[in-house]
Amino acid sequence: MSKMLNLKLKIWRQNGPHAQGSFLEVDAHDIPEDASFLEMLDVVNERLIADDVEPVTFGHDCREGICGTCGVMINGQAHGPEKGTATCQLHMRKFNDGDEIVIEPWQATSFPILKDLMVDRRAFDRIVEAGGYISAPTGTAPDANEIPIPKEVADTSMDAAACIGCGACVAACPNSAAQLFTSAKLHHLNTLPQGQPERWKRTEAMVETMEDFFGSCTNHGECHEACPKEISLDFIAFMNKDYVKSKIKNRSLASKR
Amino acid sequence: MLDAKIPEGPIEDKWDNHRFNMKLVNPANKRKFDVIVVGTGLAGASAAASLAELGYNVKVFTFHDSPRRAHSIAAQGGINGAKNYRNDGDSIYRLFYDTVKGGDYRSREANVYRLAQVSVDIIDQCVAQGVPFAREYGGLLANRSFGGAQVSRTFYARGQTGQQLLLGAYQALAGAIKSGKVTLYNRSDVLDIVTKDGEAKGIIARDMLTGEMHAHSAHAVVLATGGYGNVYYLSTNAMACNVTAAWRAHRKGALFANPCYTQIHPTCIPASDEFQSKLTLMSESLRNDGRIWVPRDRDEARAVADIPEDERYYFLEEKYPAFGNLVPRDVASRNAKTVVDEGRGVGPLKNGVYLDFAAAIARDGEQAVRERYGNLFQMYERITGEDPYHSPMRIYPATHYTMGGLWVDYNLMTTVPGLYALGEANFSDHGANRLGASALMQGLADGYFVLPYTIGDYLAPKLGETALSTDDPVFTEAVKDVDDRARQWTTKKGGTHGVEHYHRELGKIVWEYCGMARNQNGLEKALSEIPALREEFRKNVKVLGSPDGINTMLEKVNRVDDFMEFAELKVRDALHRTESCGGHFREESQTEEGEALRDDENFAYVGAWEWNGPDQEQTLHKEPLEFEYVKLTQRSYK
Repeated sequence: MSKMLNLKLKIWRQNGPHAQGSFLEVDAHDIPEDASFLEMLDVVNERLIADDVEPVTFGHDCREGICGTCGVMINGQAHGPEKGTATCQLHMRKFNDGDEIVIEPWQATSFPILKDLMVDRRAFDRIVEAGGYISAPTGTAPDANEIPIPKEVADTSMDAAACIGCGACVAACPNSAAQLFTSAKLHHLNTLPQGQPERWKRTEAMVETMEDFFGSCTNHGECHEACPKEISLDFIAFMNKDYVKSKIKNRSLASKR
Repeated sequence: MLDAKIPEGPIEDKWDNHRFNMKLVNPANKRKFDVIVVGTGLAGASAAASLAELGYNVKVFTFHDSPRRAHSIAAQGGINGAKNYRNDGDSIYRLFYDTVKGGDYRSREANVYRLAQVSVDIIDQCVAQGVPFAREYGGLLANRSFGGAQVSRTFYARGQTGQQLLLGAYQALAGAIKSGKVTLYNRSDVLDIVTKDGEAKGIIARDMLTGEMHAHSAHAVVLATGGYGNVYYLSTNAMACNVTAAWRAHRKGALFANPCYTQIHPTCIPASDEFQSKLTLMSESLRNDGRIWVPRDRDEARAVADIPEDERYYFLEEKYPAFGNLVPRDVASRNAKTVVDEGRGVGPLKNGVYLDFAAAIARDGEQAVRERYGNLFQMYERITGEDPYHSPMRIYPATHYTMGGLWVDYNLMTTVPGLYALGEANFSDHGANRLGASALMQGLADGYFVLPYTIGDYLAPKLGETALSTDDPVFTEAVKDVDDRARQWTTKKGGTHGVEHYHRELGKIVWEYCGMARNQNGLEKALSEIPALREEFRKNVKVLGSPDGINTMLEKVNRVDDFMEFAELKVRDALHRTESCGGHFREESQTEEGEALRDDENFAYVGAWEWNGPDQEQTLHKEPLEFEYVKLTQRSYK
C-alpha cells in the first residue's frame, strides 16, 4: 500500500467559454502518493459523482506523457513543479501531506476555455496547416537511404520533433506567445535535407499564422521551463534567423516586375 | 458467405496482379466521390491524406481536439521494414515468414505477404516526409532487433517512433486540410454507421462540444478506429480508446473476427493499486539489452545487488537459448506469468519480474544505454520513483493490442459493401499474435498503400451516383436513435455508481477469465457474469449533467455500454476455440513444456461472428486458412 496524502484542492470550474467561473474547494483525503496527478483527479471525481456533483472536466488521454492532451496549471506552474514532466506523468509523491494545490486551466486568449480545465488549442493545428509539413505525396519517395543525413542533423531534428503540442509553452508565457511550439515544428523540418525545398515558404507562413493567434516573444524563457519535453530555446533563435531570411528568399516575383 | 477475394497467382505476384485487375477511377472523376474516414491514427491519417492526394473528397473524424493525439502516438519501439540494410539476410519473404509464424499460423498468407512487400515503401515514404529516424554516423538509417526475428529490420526514432510516424501522417493530413481536399471534424464522436440496402452510406457523429448529432453521407466509409484492449479496463491503451465504431458496424452487419485474440505485452510496469487508471508499456526494444530474471529462491529477501549470478533465474535465456529474451510477446508474457504464479514474483506485491540493464551498462557504458532508451528510463522513474540505471526495472504483462477486429477481405472491405476497416480495427495480418514493430507497419500499409488502390475498385462502378442525402429516412432515423440512446442515460434518475466503477468491474471479469490463460470453466463463468453486470450497469449507472454540451460521463457511458456487449462475444469466441494459439492460451491445450498447442485440423480458420440482434447469440462463420507457403509447425524459439 502506498502512503496516503491529505490535500486541499482549489479547482477552477467554468461551464463554457463565456460562463462565469469560480473555484471549487475540495478536501481530498487519502490520496495515494503513487497515484499520478490525473489519477488523483479521478479519485476526486468519483467522490463528486457519489455526492451527485458533476465531475470536473479535464483533457487527458494517453497518460504516458506523449499525446499532449492533458495539461493544467498547478499552483501557477504549467504541468506543475516537476521539470520536463507532463501533468499525467507528475505523481503525487512530489507533494506533501497537507499541501494546498490550486488547479487552473491554461490561460491564453487563443486557448479559450471549453469547460472547467479543458481548453481549445486548435490554433496550433492552424499553424501546422500553414506549412508544417513536407509535400511528399504517397508513392513519390526515393529510397530511404538515398539521401544520407548526418547523425547530428537527424538528432537535432528529433530533439525539436519531440514536441507534444500540449500548449504549456503558451500557458507559461507572460505574453501567451507560441514561439517555442512553432520553432520546434520549423526546426524539425527545416534542418532536414527533405525540408529544404519548402523551407522559406514554410517559415514565413507558419510564423505569420502564429502571429495571427498568439502574442509576441520577449525572451522570458518560461516556455522552456514549463515544456514537458524540455524543447530548447535555441530553436526560437533559428526560427527568427530563418524568418528574416525568408523575407528575402520568398521574393519570387522580385525580378519579374 | 466469406469470400476473402484473394487474387490468383503465386504469392509474390498476387498484389501486382490484383492492382492490374482492379477497376480504376480516372483522376478527373475522383473528385466526384466522397469518402468518410473515422479515426486519425496512423491508418486513418495516412488513408485520409493519401485519398485526398488522389483527388477524393475526404471527411475525417476524430474525437480528439487534434488528429495528432490518436493513440498511435504512444508507440515506442519501432517499425519493421524488409530493407535488408544490415546485410543480415532479411528479405520480403523472411518478414512474411516471420509474421505468419509469429502469428501462430492464424493469419491470411496473402495479406501478410502484401504487408511485407509494402513495408519497404513505407520506410521510404516516412523518410521523405521528414520522419527523423535514428541514423548511423555515416548518415544512413540505423536498425534494431525486435522479438520473433533474428534479423535487425526495425527502424526507430528514439523511443518515440509512433509519435514521429503519426506526426508525419498528421502533417500530410494538415497539408490536405489546407488544400481543402480534406474536411476535419474534430471532437466528433462517431456513434453509428448508416447503411441502406446493405451498403454503407455514412455515419452519425456527436459534436462533443454541443451534444448535437450530425449525419454525414459519403460513397464509402473507412473505419480506422483502433482496437478493443480497453475492454480489460486496465491496458496500455489511452483512456478514450474504445470499440464503439467497430461494434456499431458489427451491429449493422459487419462480421467481427477473432475477438478472443488479444496481445498481452510482456514489458509493462506492474499495477500498484485500485486507483490505477492505466498500465504503462516499456518498449519491447528494451529486451535487446535488458535481461529478464527472477530470484531462484521464492523467499529471496536480499537486495538485488547482493543476489549472486547463479541464484538468478534467467528463465527466457534458459528455456529459449536461440531467441533468449527476444522470444515473441505471447511466449515472454506467459513465462512471466508462470514464474509469478510460482511465487517468484518481485516487488512489494510480488507481481513482477526484473528487466535488468546492469550487463548492458557494464558492456556499453551508461551513456550508450541512455542514448538508446533514455526517455523510457525517465518515464519508468517518474511512475515508480525508482532509478533503472541502478536497480533493475520491474515489469509484468499487460493488455496491449488486439489482433481480432472487423473481418475484411483482401481489399480491406468488411462484409458491409462500402465499409472498410484499417489498422488495428481489422483482423487480417497478425493472426493470433502480433510481432513487435508490426502494428505501425500495418497501420501505414493499409492507409498509404492498400486502401488508396482497393477503394477505387468499389467506387468505379458508382460513377454518376450522388452520395445519399442526409434527409433520407435511414439518416434521420439513425440520428434519432443515437440521440435517444444518449439521452436515456442522463434522463434516468437515481443510480448507484459512476461509469468508471462498472468499467473496472467488467475489466476484472475479462482479465480474470479471458486474460493470459483461459479455460472452459472460467469462460463459462464469465459468460454468466457479464450479462448480469451489463443489466446492473444499464439499470444503475449514474450519469450526471446535460447531454447538450461537453459531458465526459456521457461520452464514456456509451463506450462502456458497447464494451459490455462486446465482452460477451469475446468470451464466447474464446470458449469456442478450444485450441491454444498465440495470445489465446487455453489451459486445456498445451504441450508437455507448457507451450501453446494448436489444433490445426479443427481450428485453422478465422472465426467471424454475425450479429443477430440484442440478446441473441451471434452466428459463427468460418474462413478456412490455407497455408501454401509457410509450413504449419509447432512454433519453436529454442
